[in-house]
Amino acid sequence: MLEAIIELALRRGAQEAEAFYSEVEETPVLFEANRLKQLNARQVSGVALRVIAGGRLGAASSSRRGDVEGLVEMALESAPYGPEARFHFPAADSYPSVQTYDPQVESFSLDDMVHLGQGLIDAVRREEPELVCDASVRRAVHRVVGINSNGGRFEYRRTVFSLGVHGTLVRGTDMLFVGDGQASCQAIRDGATVVQEVVRQILWARRTAVVRTGEMPVVFTAQGVAGALVGPLATAFSGRLAHQGQSPLAGRLGEPLYDQRFSLWDDPTLPYRTGSRICDDEGVASRRLPLVDGGVVAHFLYDLQTAGLAGAEPTGHGSRGPGGQVGISPSCLVFAEGELNLEDLVREVRDGLVVEQLMGAGQGNVLGGDFSGNVLLGYKIEGGEVVGRVKDTVVAGNVHRLLAEALLALGRGRWVGGSLYVPPIAFARLSVAAKG
Amino acid sequence: MDNDRIDEVTGLDADSLREEIEKALRGWDADYLEIRIDETSATRILYRGHELEEIGRSRSFGGNVRALYRGGWGFVSFNDPNDLRRRVEQAVSQARFVGSERSHLAEVEPVVDIVPLEVGKDPRQVPLARKKELLDEYNALIWSTPGISSSNIFYSDAHKRVVFASSEGSYVQQERIDVSLRIGATARRDGDVQQASVSLGALNDFSFVETLHDEVQRVARRAVELLDAPYVRPGVYPVVLDPILAGVFCHEAFGHLSEADHIYENERLRELMVLGRRFGQPILNIVDGAAVPGLRGSYRYDDEGVPAQKTYLIREGVLVGRLHSRETAAKMGERPTGNARALDYRFPPIVRMTNTYIEPGDATFEQLIADIKEGVYACNWYGGTTSMEMFTFSAGEAYMIRRGQVTELLRPVKLTGNVFETLMNIDGIGRDLAFNQGGGCGKAGQMPLPVSNGSPHIRIRQCVVGER
Repeated sequence: MLEAIIELALRRGAQEAEAFYSEVEETPVLFEANRLKQLNARQVSGVALRVIAGGRLGAASSSRRGDVEGLVEMALESAPYGPEARFHFPAADSYPSVQTYDPQVESFSLDDMVHLGQGLIDAVRREEPELVCDASVRRAVHRVVGINSNGGRFEYRRTVFSLGVHGTLVRGTDMLFVGDGQASCQAIRDGATVVQEVVRQILWARRTAVVRTGEMPVVFTAQGVAGALVGPLATAFSGRLAHQGQSPLAGRLGEPLYDQRFSLWDDPTLPYRTGSRICDDEGVASRRLPLVDGGVVAHFLYDLQTAGLAGAEPTGHGSRGPGGQVGISPSCLVFAEGELNLEDLVREVRDGLVVEQLMGAGQGNVLGGDFSGNVLLGYKIEGGEVVGRVKDTVVAGNVHRLLAEALLALGRGRWVGGSLYVPPIAFARLSVAAKG
Repeated sequence: MDNDRIDEVTGLDADSLREEIEKALRGWDADYLEIRIDETSATRILYRGHELEEIGRSRSFGGNVRALYRGGWGFVSFNDPNDLRRRVEQAVSQARFVGSERSHLAEVEPVVDIVPLEVGKDPRQVPLARKKELLDEYNALIWSTPGISSSNIFYSDAHKRVVFASSEGSYVQQERIDVSLRIGATARRDGDVQQASVSLGALNDFSFVETLHDEVQRVARRAVELLDAPYVRPGVYPVVLDPILAGVFCHEAFGHLSEADHIYENERLRELMVLGRRFGQPILNIVDGAAVPGLRGSYRYDDEGVPAQKTYLIREGVLVGRLHSRETAAKMGERPTGNARALDYRFPPIVRMTNTYIEPGDATFEQLIADIKEGVYACNWYGGTTSMEMFTFSAGEAYMIRRGQVTELLRPVKLTGNVFETLMNIDGIGRDLAFNQGGGCGKAGQMPLPVSNGSPHIRIRQCVVGER
């Protein structure tokens, strides 16, 4: 069908055309209030079409089966008003081999999924019986096919297996939220690492403690880094924002802006990560791309159009949104790590704060790297030990400045979700405001 | 044209489609079954900076089957309309796999209704060229303001038709058109970046998109003015919220707590949210209801075929109601409120808000600020989240209040606090109810769901205010 779409688009006057098909079959097993509640099966597919007509880009998407006419009509209708195309759809390319498919995900039985999910809930509630838990275990198979009128063609399958558990503990108007999850292209047979994380959160939150307002050393757990810092940091590496001068890193390639222990790269070729792929959604081959190398700003992320605008090499970071539109996003972000584990970092810091979950983190001047928010889950460090959970505490800072001037130590990393490898990070000082 | 889309995809006319659906629902060993089919046709236009960056059209067709058996749910979603019976079979076998207790579903009268679309200015009749021309004008207006360094505009319209049928005999067809527009301006001086924006929307009517020139100019000017505005001195202040921010507060801080699916299986939360408990002063009345007509969150029936209602959540400061699906209502022994909504065919309906608002009181704005010696007037919404217990919101615009007067513009501020304390601290309610129709609500991966929220100006006795 994709060939027919391209052919019709060319016949109707497009100079170039590209069709992208994606399909997902997902089976989520959902638990609510500590027990099995719902079984789903989701079979969704759609086609996105982009055309270059009169030098301009038009786009359309459809999830109606066999909607060849509709797609071509909609794309050509929008093209006269679209932006000037600053690229050509890529010709045939050779792609690296990347492992993204595990047949064991497809054959994972429902009974085993239920068992796994209930196991997570039971294990977590052994530590805290009053916790009310929701959990999910999901398996999915994605298939992607892209072709274009310049001979480009790619196709791959990806399996995704994920599990997670979230618990709420309510006492009067006091609410504690704990939780963790894990995802991979391979089947996950054992939820032990998730349970271990959640149990640690429960133990660390068992008592409450109060921090004083002021600057203090702060440790972000891996989840804390992922939730509060990665967003404002990764935004700065968008080739579009750099090109428009909106990224604070614009024009600073090659400069040592960060602590030299800090490195960051994007690697879609890693085996079995949920962001891994042979090529991006525009057919540009995957490769490992350093973003920060020993503190030096190394590359920005580009899709085809933005690379064309900026006069840069495409990096293979074109990514389709829900309506088939192409944006820029990382695939698998990997942070450099250190030797110490989270407990070591806490010991190292002596007195301060641990941030696990921040609420409202995306509200500030994210473009500039600012983050701030209420500590939804965080703990006080006293004498090198966690002494209890803090409440009514707000932190604020700038991720670029922290990584430049206040990096104390990087811990040993772990995968948070399926495509983000982050360590816990200790910073020497961060502004903390607490009630009382 | 849009009127015969379903027929086009399925090859069936309206009567045969109904017959096909009803046939597929018959003869299964399940406590309850439903089929929902929806189709959408949408246009999106995006500007970043001087240029239009993206323009595109899309359409979708999909359906789902939901089955309930002894308390367990099965849910199957698909694009392919063929072989409905096989989908039903799959959902039933899923539900039977899960179910082991007893099904709870509040009784409702089955309805059969084809709801006609009542449209003002129909965006489907507005040519793309006209839409782009308008947005070009707005973008040019932003850039004509000295000091502007970037702009962004996102426009979308979507027409949607949904057919719902249940094993209890309901058959409902509804249509809607959502129009939304977000316009933002960024000003920059040296390293300092300031943003201002406005989010607008309407149900079944394009006309608001045509008359925004003054509003856009104000947004652009405000972004530039913010570069010279001082920071707020962080602290605890009396705060007056404008209708938009107060509406968002009402939605985020209280509305989500009222969604019964958070509560019904959690003993402790049921105790906390027990009807009759006092949450605010006697002047406080909070309502949610899709039956309030003509707003983004309005509809005739929810996605379980339950007629829309107007539900008091708080009356004279006391908790009197909450938002239900049929299941949560049955489990809590309360009446269903018509709040089960699904983003689209890919998702099962869950408990959602519709049009959530604080009812007007009798104070004028002047009266609200009259006896404030030093306070903050916070307007416009920039972002916000809540954990049920705590909230944090950013105001897009804020001013100091000194000795009963609104004075200097501040850099954007962030308000944060405990939901329960802050509700109690609402001690003044204006008479000027207004609705914010620009938002979309997110829950359980279903986002953005069209909702509206509203309020008059309100005063909060004390609230923690910080820099954003």
